[in-house]
Amino acid sequence: MKLELRDSPGQLVAALMPISDMGGNIKTVIHEHDHTAGRGVLSVEVVIEIPPELLESLINRLRERGINVLRIGEERMSYRQSVILIGHLVHTNLGDTVDRIDQTGFAEVTHMSLSMPAIHDRTSAQFVIKSLTREHMQQALHILREVARQKDFLLIEPLEF
Amino acid sequence: MSLRLAILGMGSVGRGIIQTISQKELGLIITAVADSRSGCIDPDGLDIPDLLERKEKTGICGDTNINAENVVLNAPYDILVEVTPTDARSGEPATSYILNALKLGRHVVTSNKGPVSLHYHALSSLAGNNGVQFRFEATVAGAIPIIQTLMHNLGGNEIISLYGVLNGTCNYILTRMAEEGLTYRQALDEARTLGYAETDPTYDVKGIDAAIKLVILANTVWKKNISLDDVDVTGIDLLTEEALRLAEQQDATIRLIGEIIPEQNIYRLCPRIIPRDHPLVVQGSLNAIIVRTDLAGDLLFVGKGAGSLETASAVIGDILFIRDKYAGGN
Repeated sequence: MKLELRDSPGQLVAALMPISDMGGNIKTVIHEHDHTAGRGVLSVEVVIEIPPELLESLINRLRERGINVLRIGEERMSYRQSVILIGHLVHTNLGDTVDRIDQTGFAEVTHMSLSMPAIHDRTSAQFVIKSLTREHMQQALHILREVARQKDFLLIEPLEF
Repeated sequence: MSLRLAILGMGSVGRGIIQTISQKELGLIITAVADSRSGCIDPDGLDIPDLLERKEKTGICGDTNINAENVVLNAPYDILVEVTPTDARSGEPATSYILNALKLGRHVVTSNKGPVSLHYHALSSLAGNNGVQFRFEATVAGAIPIIQTLMHNLGGNEIISLYGVLNGTCNYILTRMAEEGLTYRQALDEARTLGYAETDPTYDVKGIDAAIKLVILANTVWKKNISLDDVDVTGIDLLTEEALRLAEQQDATIRLIGEIIPEQNIYRLCPRIIPRDHPLVVQGSLNAIIVRTDLAGDLLFVGKGAGSLETASAVIGDILFIRDKYAGGN
């Protein structure tokens, strides 16, 4: 989000405090002396991670402190993982396979590449999955394991170490 | 005074051990040997060049009236070196040989995964009760001294997790599929031609061999009591070359990775997508293991997981450990 605050000591800390107080994770602060913003005003871009349901009250708290929220760019699903599935993906209702992840509300398939060498051969597919949190990703992978069992796919998960 | 060895099994591992013992001054003599069809015993120590030549010319090592069981029960020896082929399901006849030797109060060193994966706790407590050693370094990751390291050298650590490439045949196949664009079939045939894969490669490519190594690690290092059925196993035989190409698009590749996270009860062996610059991405038939510990941090081990002299290295390491601990023998 892009914030506008008074260019005086302590203002940046005042802007960041509510974020960390609410359990948000501040990933980066881009501090720019934006001349077009006018005299005595500073604009700062912060990238934060915070549960979506807390966003509204964070904005209120910032406003109470006299900080103007200029812009919010929201990326709901920030956790990304890719997996490979091998099997008869198309003939076992590919839409359903994707839906099983998308229906959760906490994870979704955002990209898919398919490789289909010949009509009766097994398809290999790469799915990019995004989720709200790491735990949600684990749950999404768990669902995908279940789908792979039901539809006789080989699921190749990433190694995280 | 030399320590006396009785060796069961004269395959490539057995011959590697015998050759090494004859070439190096290790203070060891071989008083008995048995293969699948014969045996020979000499309380003063067998003539090794003679033994190796006899085996090569006739296919058997000695007298067909002597078998492995006779050697275990009747030959004079301090350490039984059990290096017969693995029977993963029954663990026999190796388990019986080991049991008999331990009952007689003899140390046992084995490279055989069957007895260790199936009966580790029973064999280890029998050895303990009889005041002898039961050692099995060669059962996991060949030349890499992983058992001794995890059980003893890192003894004060909690070992939080382990990830490993534990089957050289599968790693060879996956390396060739990734680097040369071979199909699974082509890579497997190449591995067979080069002697990396058995005529029946099922045991390797379906992940059974590597899964048994996870069982051994879980039961020995973490003192668990799991069996092969407790490991979630997926082999590499259904992998496609297209899957490897898809992994490459994200600067990754696919390797068969064993995983142990005891606290979460995870015992898993399956192909995984792994960044190409990850330390577990080793080439050809190498093995690699990473462990995460609370005191020592992360440790990486890489080396040859199979081969005559590589396995002999692990077996002889165990023998010399016993020699040093019980200088002079029984």
